[in-house]
Amino acid sequence: MTANLALQQEGAPFLEVRDLTVHFTTSRGRVRALAGVSFDLNAGETLGLVGESGCGKTVTAMAILRLLPVPQARVAGEVRFLGEDLTNCPEARLRQIRGDRIAMVFQEPMTALNPVLTIGDQVAEVLRLHRGLSHEAAFQEAARALSRVGLAEAGQRLRQYPHQLSGGLRQRVLMAMALACRPDLLIADEPTTALDVTIQAQILALLKNLKAEMGLSVLFITHNLGIVAQTADRVAVMYAGLIVEQALTGELFAHPGHPYTRGLLASVPRLDFRRPPGAPLEAIEGHLPPEPPPGCLFQDRCPEARGQCSQAPPWVEVAPEHWVRCWNYA
Amino acid sequence: MSFDVGRESEAHPAFSSRREEKRTVSLFRQWVGPDLIMLLLMAGCASLSRPTGYGLPVIMVFLLTTGNLFMPELLKAQDLSCYFRLKGPWGRGPLLKAVDGVSFELFPGETLGLVGESGCGKSTLARLVLGLLAPTGGRVWFGGADLTGMPRRALKAMRRQFQVIFQDPYSSLNPRMTVRQILEEPFIIHGLGSRTERRAWVAELLAEVGLEPEHLERYPHEFSGGQRQRLGIARALALRPRLMVADEPVSALDVSIQAQILNLLAQLQERHGLTYLFISHDLSVISQISSRVAVMYLGRLLEMAPRETFARARLHPYTEALLAAVPLPDPQQPFRPPALKGEPPSPVHVPSGCPFHPRCPEAQLPRCRDEAPAYRETAPEHWVSCHFR
Repeated sequence: MTANLALQQEGAPFLEVRDLTVHFTTSRGRVRALAGVSFDLNAGETLGLVGESGCGKTVTAMAILRLLPVPQARVAGEVRFLGEDLTNCPEARLRQIRGDRIAMVFQEPMTALNPVLTIGDQVAEVLRLHRGLSHEAAFQEAARALSRVGLAEAGQRLRQYPHQLSGGLRQRVLMAMALACRPDLLIADEPTTALDVTIQAQILALLKNLKAEMGLSVLFITHNLGIVAQTADRVAVMYAGLIVEQALTGELFAHPGHPYTRGLLASVPRLDFRRPPGAPLEAIEGHLPPEPPPGCLFQDRCPEARGQCSQAPPWVEVAPEHWVRCWNYA
Repeated sequence: MSFDVGRESEAHPAFSSRREEKRTVSLFRQWVGPDLIMLLLMAGCASLSRPTGYGLPVIMVFLLTTGNLFMPELLKAQDLSCYFRLKGPWGRGPLLKAVDGVSFELFPGETLGLVGESGCGKSTLARLVLGLLAPTGGRVWFGGADLTGMPRRALKAMRRQFQVIFQDPYSSLNPRMTVRQILEEPFIIHGLGSRTERRAWVAELLAEVGLEPEHLERYPHEFSGGQRQRLGIARALALRPRLMVADEPVSALDVSIQAQILNLLAQLQERHGLTYLFISHDLSVISQISSRVAVMYLGRLLEMAPRETFARARLHPYTEALLAAVPLPDPQQPFRPPALKGEPPSPVHVPSGCPFHPRCPEAQLPRCRDEAPAYRETAPEHWVSCHFR
């Protein structure tokens, strides 16, 4: 990592996302997916991006890497990685960065792997493209990458096809591919959602070890508050295409500020067999509106909504490094 | 339970607000079982003793004692197995033991949470219980009547009493039917009510699961995931079943919607005295709703106990590993998942002895490999299959 960090411009933050806005043109008109997302990710840090489906977590990740389909998606805003502007740099430069300096792991390990190529071909391809290794050297390096993610008999695995592996092993292969070039930033989009809990625990432990070993920074996207609590240093909570709260993990879980965050935390069933069964959870009423209302996006479901909420709420620092987008704190 | 049997047949089976009435009526339609015989017996006693004025208390006592002695459970599965013969490259392939010798009981009004990893046979067990799949071995009794080998017509009448909620409300609702048609269909299939009656029941159902009357003429695609699951629940509730089998009913939903649906299921259970067999891979969800919990692994039950037991007793090593693998939404709680080796083996190649021994941190060879542990009651109501518990 040190060599890459040397490229960093003086004082520039590791990853800077400013006012990221995404509109999709669909057959039924324009849909706003992101409404101005801004955050910073520091070197060596894990930032958890949480929210429910459709809130824009994955679109944020795709927009950072400019992976959204071009005519349909209109992206505005700025993404700076080690001081370099990713939103306006040429496509060729972006291809150098993707998979090398910034790697991504997706939720569906089956659809992210090519079914007609062997595991070895796919892991080695990354190394040949970015490191210019020969076929043979790339395969040797690929075997090392596979054993780094805890795949036993890596040499044999290289010759296997994705369908011959279980979901947990496929996810390890994806991690090996992502980490083969020792990137600075890993974007992990729901990497354990399709897995069983015991396998999920293995993958989370693996990620933690690799992060310590390689000095990775991670943008961890998930809907699971348990995973965020256990893996992230800092958390950003998204709702309807906007970050509504951001804080250090301990602070967020101890003092959730936004009514949505509080509702979300109260909705999670606790693993507690001492309580009586079926005790009501404090669920958030209603569901995500198809048309975002003007002003605060959460006002329709918010138990604390009032007249002011029809205007866009301010982004307030309620405690050091703890930001909330709500009129409650204005 | 009401005693005037003569009047029961007039009350409408599907929609009476008193579930006792519904229960007695549904017994009439049931394949002949001990419940029915007892009911007739009681009716006789009641009519005889009425003039004396002692009838009611006498019958009450009779019902409470004998009822609990003979047939306390609503559903009983004994040694249930389901094997599938796979196709190999040259014809007959290996035998997949999806469910292998599972026994359990469901008592009225309880929620039995069934937890296990994918491929452990949870859903197959659900289908066996519902009579949707014929077991390779073993028996299922519902309210005292044997479902295995029951004639198709009798089974159809029986099915009114147990309904199912599926995981994926998207694929379990017909996209070409309106909400009204979807909810009316169960009544039509079972020949219940006139057109106007059915309409009234549909409206009542809709209100019960928290949907609006204006939703009646809409199609499933016009609803969000949570609303669709409410529809699935309304359809299952239509015939006022006694047992609901819920197969991963909240797994496809977001946290906030999941909480709404779990609350709704708990409310409905209280209102109608429902019994749930609740299947999930998520232990937090299981701990939220279950009064008893069963843990399944490779087609077998490894452990079953009342919920309180899970808070204090020594548990099966697999159950302990499952519990420790859940990341808790509290950064103060340390997350130290156990180093469970590897992944669950395929149900085609179930390991010898204890099926969990290749992954078990406490396994002692050769005993765990060679000798299958008995599934036994180590404490009252706490069943476990392990040599060291």
